[in-house]
Amino acid sequence: MGPLLVLWLAVFLSGTWAVDRGNFKTCDQSAFCKRQRALKPGQSPYRALLETLELTNTKLTLQLINDNNKVRLLLELYRLQGNMTRVKINELKPLKPRFEVPDVLINDPPTEPLSLLSQDENGVVLSLGADSQWLIVSAKPFRLDIMEGREVLLSLNSRGLLAFEHLRIRKDTISYKIKNKVYSAWENIKWVFSRLPKSSQVDPEGAEKKEETDAANEPAEGEVCVCVCTAKEDGMWEETFKSHTDNKPNGPSSISLDFSLPGVEHVYGIPEHADSLKLKTTDGGDPYRLFNLDVFQYELFNPMALYGAIPVMLSHSAQRTMGIFWLNAAETWVDISSNTAGKTVFGQMLDYVQGSSETPQTDVRWISESGIIDVFIMLGPTPTDVFSQYASLTGTQAFPPLSALAYHQCRWNYNDQEDVAAVDQGFDEHDIPYDFIWLDIEHTDGKRYFTWDPHKFPQPKDMLQGLVDKRRKMVTIVDPHIKVDSSYKIHNEIRSKGFYVKNKDGGDYEGWCWPGNSGYPDFTNPEMRAWWASMFAYDQYEGSMENMYTWNDMNEPSVFNGPEVTMHKDALHGNWENRDLHNLYGLYVQMATAEGLIERSGGVERPFVLTRAFFAGSQRYGAVWTGDNTAEWEHLKISIPMCLSLGLVGVSFCGADVGGFFKSPSTELLVRWYQTGAYQPFFRAHAHLDTPRREPWLFGPENTALIREAVRQRYALLPYWYQLFYHAHHSGQPVMRPLWVEYPQDTATFSMDDQFLLGEDLLVHPVTEEGGRGVTAYLPGKGEATALFCVLQVWFDVHTFQKHNGAQNLYIPVTISSIPVFQRGGSIIPRKARVRRSSSCMEHDPYTLFVALSPKRFAQGELYIDDGHTFNFDKQKQFIHRRLSFANKALSSRNLAPGSQFITPSWIEKIVILGASKPSKATLKTPDGKENLLEFEFDASMSVLTLRKPGVNAGVDWTVVLQ
Amino acid sequence: MDFNLAGVHWLSDLLLCTQPLPVPTIPTERQFYEENKPFTCLDGSSTIPFDRVNDDYCDCRDGSDEPGTAACPNGSFHCTNAGFRPTFIPSSRINDGICDCCDTTDEYNSGATCQNTCREMGRKERESLQIMAEITKEGFLLKQQLIHEAKRGQEDKQGKLTELQGSKKGLEEKVEALRTVKETAEDPEKEAKERHLKAWEEQKELIRMEKDKTRMAEAFLELDDDADGYVSVAELQSHLELDPDSDGSLSETETQGLLGGADKVDTSTFETVWSGIKDKYLSEVSQGQSEPPAPVETPQEEESRDFVSDHDSDHYPEDYAGEEDVEDDEEDDHEEEEEEEEKVPPTVQTPEKREDDEVSMPPYDTETQSLIDAAQKARDDFDEAERALREVDDQMKNLEKEIGFDFGPSAEFAYLYSQCYELSTSEYIYRLCPFNRVSQKPKFGGSETNLGLWGQWAGPEDNLYSVMKYDHGQGCWQGPNRSTTVKLTCGKETVVTSTSEPSRCEYLMEFTTPAVCQEPASLDEVLHGHTEL
Repeated sequence: MGPLLVLWLAVFLSGTWAVDRGNFKTCDQSAFCKRQRALKPGQSPYRALLETLELTNTKLTLQLINDNNKVRLLLELYRLQGNMTRVKINELKPLKPRFEVPDVLINDPPTEPLSLLSQDENGVVLSLGADSQWLIVSAKPFRLDIMEGREVLLSLNSRGLLAFEHLRIRKDTISYKIKNKVYSAWENIKWVFSRLPKSSQVDPEGAEKKEETDAANEPAEGEVCVCVCTAKEDGMWEETFKSHTDNKPNGPSSISLDFSLPGVEHVYGIPEHADSLKLKTTDGGDPYRLFNLDVFQYELFNPMALYGAIPVMLSHSAQRTMGIFWLNAAETWVDISSNTAGKTVFGQMLDYVQGSSETPQTDVRWISESGIIDVFIMLGPTPTDVFSQYASLTGTQAFPPLSALAYHQCRWNYNDQEDVAAVDQGFDEHDIPYDFIWLDIEHTDGKRYFTWDPHKFPQPKDMLQGLVDKRRKMVTIVDPHIKVDSSYKIHNEIRSKGFYVKNKDGGDYEGWCWPGNSGYPDFTNPEMRAWWASMFAYDQYEGSMENMYTWNDMNEPSVFNGPEVTMHKDALHGNWENRDLHNLYGLYVQMATAEGLIERSGGVERPFVLTRAFFAGSQRYGAVWTGDNTAEWEHLKISIPMCLSLGLVGVSFCGADVGGFFKSPSTELLVRWYQTGAYQPFFRAHAHLDTPRREPWLFGPENTALIREAVRQRYALLPYWYQLFYHAHHSGQPVMRPLWVEYPQDTATFSMDDQFLLGEDLLVHPVTEEGGRGVTAYLPGKGEATALFCVLQVWFDVHTFQKHNGAQNLYIPVTISSIPVFQRGGSIIPRKARVRRSSSCMEHDPYTLFVALSPKRFAQGELYIDDGHTFNFDKQKQFIHRRLSFANKALSSRNLAPGSQFITPSWIEKIVILGASKPSKATLKTPDGKENLLEFEFDASMSVLTLRKPGVNAGVDWTVVLQ
Repeated sequence: MDFNLAGVHWLSDLLLCTQPLPVPTIPTERQFYEENKPFTCLDGSSTIPFDRVNDDYCDCRDGSDEPGTAACPNGSFHCTNAGFRPTFIPSSRINDGICDCCDTTDEYNSGATCQNTCREMGRKERESLQIMAEITKEGFLLKQQLIHEAKRGQEDKQGKLTELQGSKKGLEEKVEALRTVKETAEDPEKEAKERHLKAWEEQKELIRMEKDKTRMAEAFLELDDDADGYVSVAELQSHLELDPDSDGSLSETETQGLLGGADKVDTSTFETVWSGIKDKYLSEVSQGQSEPPAPVETPQEEESRDFVSDHDSDHYPEDYAGEEDVEDDEEDDHEEEEEEEEKVPPTVQTPEKREDDEVSMPPYDTETQSLIDAAQKARDDFDEAERALREVDDQMKNLEKEIGFDFGPSAEFAYLYSQCYELSTSEYIYRLCPFNRVSQKPKFGGSETNLGLWGQWAGPEDNLYSVMKYDHGQGCWQGPNRSTTVKLTCGKETVVTSTSEPSRCEYLMEFTTPAVCQEPASLDEVLHGHTEL
């Protein structure tokens, strides 16, 4: 414990209760970002060599030349199925291969043919297939414009910020230098040589490339020597941050490209940042950074990097939604500027009145440290289209076991088996449902994952069986840092198989983490992943059982004594540096773990794995959470945009630690957080080791009741959650959505991130102000295309059934008892009103249907049912998927998936119709031709019609006719 | 089998997917569920046909129409649990696949296979109740004893206090009397000492004068180079040290001035001259060597005694008043060191002085010495009496504190006072010293951690003396100060049975003591009060 404690103190005493910014780089402190950002627009040295153009069935290739250094690049253009364009730029003849991100795309994206429309010496025009879309390639300077009709949708390199640092030999040769300037730089040259790798000195190609200089830092002729002198400062071959030196044997390799989005004022995405939903311009500050880091006590509202990185940005205007997917796993910075950002509302109005307004435009620039340019332009045009397009590239959200959508109880740490039993008992005593109890790092034998502390958890199977008996489950933590300890089986095997990440000198890379000195398995190696997965087999992971799932933390990876608390960039994963694939590490950890959980069940059971670090594609493997937040109101608030941003780029299964990880929440904050978390996808309470206990019943009977009610609301709504996740899995549509996704023409919604939609039917406005007595919710809907039969959208308060008109800001007084939630008029939501102690206990319970009528007396919804935990829904089509619709005074259930089959004992218990009028009678018709009169109650004050006990099975056709 | 209400089909045939099964309801409310008569919800909110009772649909707002199904969110289900204790469970636990009622009646349609464990549980319950009852019984007896002892102890203490109060009074008088004696003895002592000192001063003066005369004579002889019995200007002029204006030369006029204006002086006149020059005059024999200054006449004995007594007072027992903080002790030590350093020079000088000061004060005469001895004895007696008084005061304070403690309604917890109880775990030794502190010491080296100091009784209102709270222990990093909650349960022995740290730096200790044992109901009452047999 000694050294670890010292380390712990060293790492964590370094600041007060806020992030220590000094531990993390700014763009200026990251050599390539500084070099790239110094580049000024409008001076692109790149020219397309049109004579090299080749067009095949699948792609167009074209060489680009940098007129300053004559280095040639190869451009590949693809028209992808589903209205996407892929632009790939690599060196034509790189010194050695540059890294191309594997394992993120689910397949080689299917292409569609491009056709050449016209060509002259200035460029070519290509047809992008349907919708009169064109792609214009301009030769000098090189640029790409994607047009629809006469409208430019998006331009590449329109600002001339394409910059491709080609791989080079460290070739500051004596003759070269001296010729240019006999210079006192002799010492510098000697210094340079003393550091030259032996191999590069004899490379013949290097000597030839005379004019070669850094693309991003083009020095004038005659000043080449300055280049040598400043080579160290530029950090091209080495850079030092704090006490860490990053050796760069491959030299500079960064890439950059700019994108212009005419007509766009709103861009979103590129998580993970603790910032607003609408991305801000970065002029005068740092760019948004994408570099997976373990940031201790992160700060809100800034572009600093956090645990995960998804290099996907969405642009949105009332006309169109598009996406840019920058497939690069190296450290990446994203600059955003806008020509309207600085303008006041008055200025904008003035422009409008005078008709002198230039088109609003957002310019974006991506900068990555290595790899190639591989960018997917998703052309929408609707938000739904963009989600589908992105899903077709990287896959969809894993369909979680139903229980994973229920409530999770976590704490660092539940002390021992007795503690687990007592907490479990506490939930029953206080009649609060929960599905999962979690064990953090202290459950292990000295932070050796896959083991148990022999004193605290001597009988893990007994403990797990205790949970099985309550139809509940457990999650244990398995982190990717492995204690270097020759008596630890996992370590020995990884070491003997050579599976550890290597340091630059070829030895096993070691760093400090929870167990002390640790190795880091090379998860980029498929053999390593296969071995790791096999460790989750019941006979390997001793004490594990079917109801035990996994949590991958610290997988950025976190290295306490590493640069920026992570792995050295010159560490080696096979032939690749961590620099090339850093942001992929966490994805691979979760991938291998999820695979392990699938394998242990013989491929039958769906896995559940939570990860902290992630990348594009991580949605396929489970859930993410927003890391180590703090028990403060602002952190409750930020949980909304953080999860919304993730949802936009594929990761629907997102949540924030309920209550806040660091510090201790006030009772009011805790209650409000439960109420909010109950309506966010991943619903888990978690707390730091040093905080007082905060199980829901520790704050007096009144607060226990409030928390119980919040959790019960979650459980009642589980059928709807499950259905939303089925859709997310099926089509890539986010579960938790910003309002603009459903109301894309309503500009009032574009920056909104204090409320959100679940699916399209529930609108949630959490209370995130201390002592909040009311909130102003925006109820959207002016009768748009989504509400086909509606004149005006209406919304029903789910607690009171009060009806409100859409397209208004509505002030709603609130008490501590609940937060405002509205059901859209025109929707049908299934619930289970019988909340039990776990979701499994509710499996066969009957459904209550909440039919919220639109003003035109129409409503539509779905019902999805399967076994809740296996892949049989997919492999054997064992599920029920039904269309519920209300029209012409009749509510009916019809099969949406004729090829599927599943038998459920669940039945329809009750139908509640909101916005109804009183019928004279209600008749239930079943497929066997029987007709039964249903009893009903009508509440005239709220226009609520309740149909008593239809009693039909949930899986069959039926109709209820109101007369 | 009390729930077998003849002829009542508790589940209507309307209930889907179930076989009709008898479902128990609450015996006392059974009369409300009358077959084939409309049922009025127990809250009176509505009346429904009887076939809607237990039809797996919730009609009553209070859930009373579904005592046997899970249909009502706010319903509850009555497990008769024949052989064990009857109980209510939330109706959400009916048919949820988990056996809650030991008689299995909650899982009549879930497929769960439940065993009727009521008899077994009843047996175990009775056994443990029996054991508990025995413990309680014995514990309660012990408690009576404790109360008795506490009472006696309290009386003893009260008696002791009274006794001490008495002796305190006596001591106070004694102190006053001895103060008078001391002061009375100190006056003649002071006079005698002063007398002795004065005599010694006079004697010293005589000696000094004689010395001076000798020196004068020697000087005269020395100066009177021509041995004519006169010291002339010329003879004196060689003594440059006598130069009044210190200009390096002794002029004739200046010399004449020294000689009182005369050219030469004889022995008798020289006496006058001598008094003017003796301070500067350097004997020709010792010329060039500096003569030490006249000794400072301080009675050496006095000084050293003062020094010793000063030093002594630092350690004088009156300064000790219970334990002092370690930190303070350290400071004291430090100061002492400094003081001693300061005191070093005089002790070093002393021998020099002694060399010089050939003549020391003679011992006191017998009479004076006896006066001093008498006074010293009076002082010692006085100090002794004062110390005794302080001791009594301290004892009284401690007693008053102990008497003032809340040792429970009948002082049954008094026996825990000034005791400590330990529990050894795999890593630590925990130590509970009731009404004082809780601490934790690592078994394998390391210093003790304070887990809290006695705070207060912290049980619920109706059972205040069931929980002790110790707080303001050692601080935790980024956390609260450590605190410990001690839960007291009835036991024959006084022992710490378990410790845990449910939350960081908040400890929980289980402690058994007869002092919390309640008067046992008779065993029969215990058993019959809680079970249905």
